[in-house]
Amino acid sequence: MEATETRTEPFVINLGPHHPSTHGVFRMRVTFDGEVVVDVEPMFGYLHRGIEKLAEGRTYTQIIPLTDRLDYLASMTNNWGYVMAVEKLAGVPVPERAEYLRVIVGEMMRISSHLLATGFLINELGAFFTPLMYMYREREKILDLFDMLCGQRLTYNYMRVGGVSHDPPPEFWPAVKRFVREMPGYIDEYEGLVTTNEIVLARTKDVGVLSKELAINASASGPFLRATGVDWDLRRDDTYSIYDRFKFDIPVGTNGDVFDRYMCRIQEMRQCCRIIEQALQQIPRGEFRARLPHLVRPPAGEVYGHIEAPRGELGFYLVSDNSIAPYRFHVRPSTMINLTTLRDLTIGWKLADLIVIFGSIDVVLGEIDR
Amino acid sequence: MAPIQSAEQTVLAIRPEGLPAFWPADNPWLHALVFIVASIAFALVMVIVFIYVERRGVARFQLRLGPNRAGPEGVLQAVADLIKLLLKEDIVPRLADKVVHLLAPIVATVPAFMVFAVVPLWGDGAMLADLNAGVLYFIAISSFGVVGVFMAGWASSNKYSLISAMRGVAQMVSYEIPLVMALLGVVVFAGTLSLNGIVDAQSIPFALLQPLAAVIYFLAMSAEINRTPFDLLEAESEIIAGYHTEYSGMKFALFYVAEYGHAVAGAAIFATFFLGGWKGPVLPPVLWLVIKMLVVFFVGFWARATLPRLRVDQVMGLGWKALLPLAVINVLIAAVEVLFWPSGTTQWLLVPINIAIGALLVFLWSRTVSLRGGRVEVRTRAEVKA
Repeated sequence: MEATETRTEPFVINLGPHHPSTHGVFRMRVTFDGEVVVDVEPMFGYLHRGIEKLAEGRTYTQIIPLTDRLDYLASMTNNWGYVMAVEKLAGVPVPERAEYLRVIVGEMMRISSHLLATGFLINELGAFFTPLMYMYREREKILDLFDMLCGQRLTYNYMRVGGVSHDPPPEFWPAVKRFVREMPGYIDEYEGLVTTNEIVLARTKDVGVLSKELAINASASGPFLRATGVDWDLRRDDTYSIYDRFKFDIPVGTNGDVFDRYMCRIQEMRQCCRIIEQALQQIPRGEFRARLPHLVRPPAGEVYGHIEAPRGELGFYLVSDNSIAPYRFHVRPSTMINLTTLRDLTIGWKLADLIVIFGSIDVVLGEIDR
Repeated sequence: MAPIQSAEQTVLAIRPEGLPAFWPADNPWLHALVFIVASIAFALVMVIVFIYVERRGVARFQLRLGPNRAGPEGVLQAVADLIKLLLKEDIVPRLADKVVHLLAPIVATVPAFMVFAVVPLWGDGAMLADLNAGVLYFIAISSFGVVGVFMAGWASSNKYSLISAMRGVAQMVSYEIPLVMALLGVVVFAGTLSLNGIVDAQSIPFALLQPLAAVIYFLAMSAEINRTPFDLLEAESEIIAGYHTEYSGMKFALFYVAEYGHAVAGAAIFATFFLGGWKGPVLPPVLWLVIKMLVVFFVGFWARATLPRLRVDQVMGLGWKALLPLAVINVLIAAVEVLFWPSGTTQWLLVPINIAIGALLVFLWSRTVSLRGGRVEVRTRAEVKA
């Protein structure tokens, strides 16, 4: 009797734009052979709002709210990156106190962003929202603190060219001190609940390994890059603002798998707490915003300002023609560049891993589509 | 050897000991009618109780309040949901196989309630039919649930549903075997296939006498009724809602009832096989059964609130590499113990022995069967230098 051959046919699934785990409106045309991913074709643009073009018709200050809407889970650092580029272009000095305030809110933003990233990652592993709800608990505290600062909880519009918009109210300081004191305990709690979980390890260890070479060639950045073992953090390697005054470590992974990305983010949150603690001790009194004319009018020229945003290197490229609006406004989106490795990471893995690997890249569609 | 019963005797065999004196035991039809209505009512009420307990319980795990608006403390939430689903439009995809699409929720729901025919719910022998092959009946009925899942996945003409259906068939077929093997250990000890006989045999609950079988059965049961960490069929983050993605309105409500109906049936069966069923002091038997079911269910949604999901191949690996061999070994050990251990009061001594054997086996398997690689520490730069 002849053995009958079982022939399988690959089939295509449109994952997204409405899918519970696409972090917004990302769409992947995925070719599957059974459960195994054969090909991935990312498609984006569903959230395109033309922010780069809109910015060309606005004054330098009016652009700040637009940057809030790029990576809407880390608006503070978007503000920061943009105002830093403008300050570089216009040669505006920033008061000491403003720099410290920026570091404090920037690191708090990083904690908040990593909380969501890890929470959603575990959710995508199938944990039915419990870890996410725990991480929301701490994110709420950060959002409350930001609410005190600028009255907003998502789109802060807090930074200004040459400083920040408000000096914190007196009740802000004890609240932020308490938060920094309590946060490491909460991180221990997450680690106790998640890091040693056998199922989490089985699902994340050696899954979606990104090689060092590929990471560098793709110009990846942020925790996504550091998980592969590349020790690169703009806060230390291209120091901006006042980061040279603080002692902190850069967590680096070894494998570049999903677990290392998770661990890098968890460890980074601990370092953020350290930085905030030091900043709270050092912060001087004084001006929180430089005295500037109402309209910023930088000299003609171009500038590229970049910061270490929670998700990677966020860069702003500005061209000025000595008018009140930029001639060209371009964003280097960290997550979009990290996302270009998606196909290499996911091929050969299963549907469940595809979702987890995609989640571990930690994208925000507002920044990718702009 | 007892004479083989005729089919009619088998179906309507009544054990009058547990029933009140006025019970019309000589009228099998009246008996059947009363018990069918009572069993289904019991199951449906327990479905509502389970839904409420799980939603509030998981909410507590998640630092939330859970539904607390409809009725006092939200007890009427399930009713409100049902009314909403009744009033919703019933959408059938254009390319769906209409007949199969309609039948699937019914096929998925019915087996969950059929199981209650052989579970002694109200006390000693107070059940619809004390089948002398009750365990076989239960296994046959419970493996029927996958048919509804597969019909739904196939008929929906949706790729997510199809993936879910494929997963469902593979998973349920795989876990059926360790499930039956685990029950075999219990049957060997009880010496009967009747569920009432199994409850009677539990002067010591089988969860203590057969701890390994209890654990294997609980895991296999979780896989059979798609609960975390084996809820691949409706893995929301991967395949939306799985096989019932294309269902709405009352058909979706039926799937919802089926899901919890299977959970209720699973908890009742676990309580009957391993926790002594209706047995217990002071309280009425049915209350003891409900308490034990809730305990089993609590462990279930505790896992749901805590654990992530395994991948398809890991679920299969766990079933075939770990649960099945352990279950087979457990049956062997149980058979040897029944053959050579003197029955009577010294049976208590088997409890620590079997717990030790079970723990040893689980330890050995956790060392040899691995679903992952070794753990690597993430180090900061300072730690690397040091």
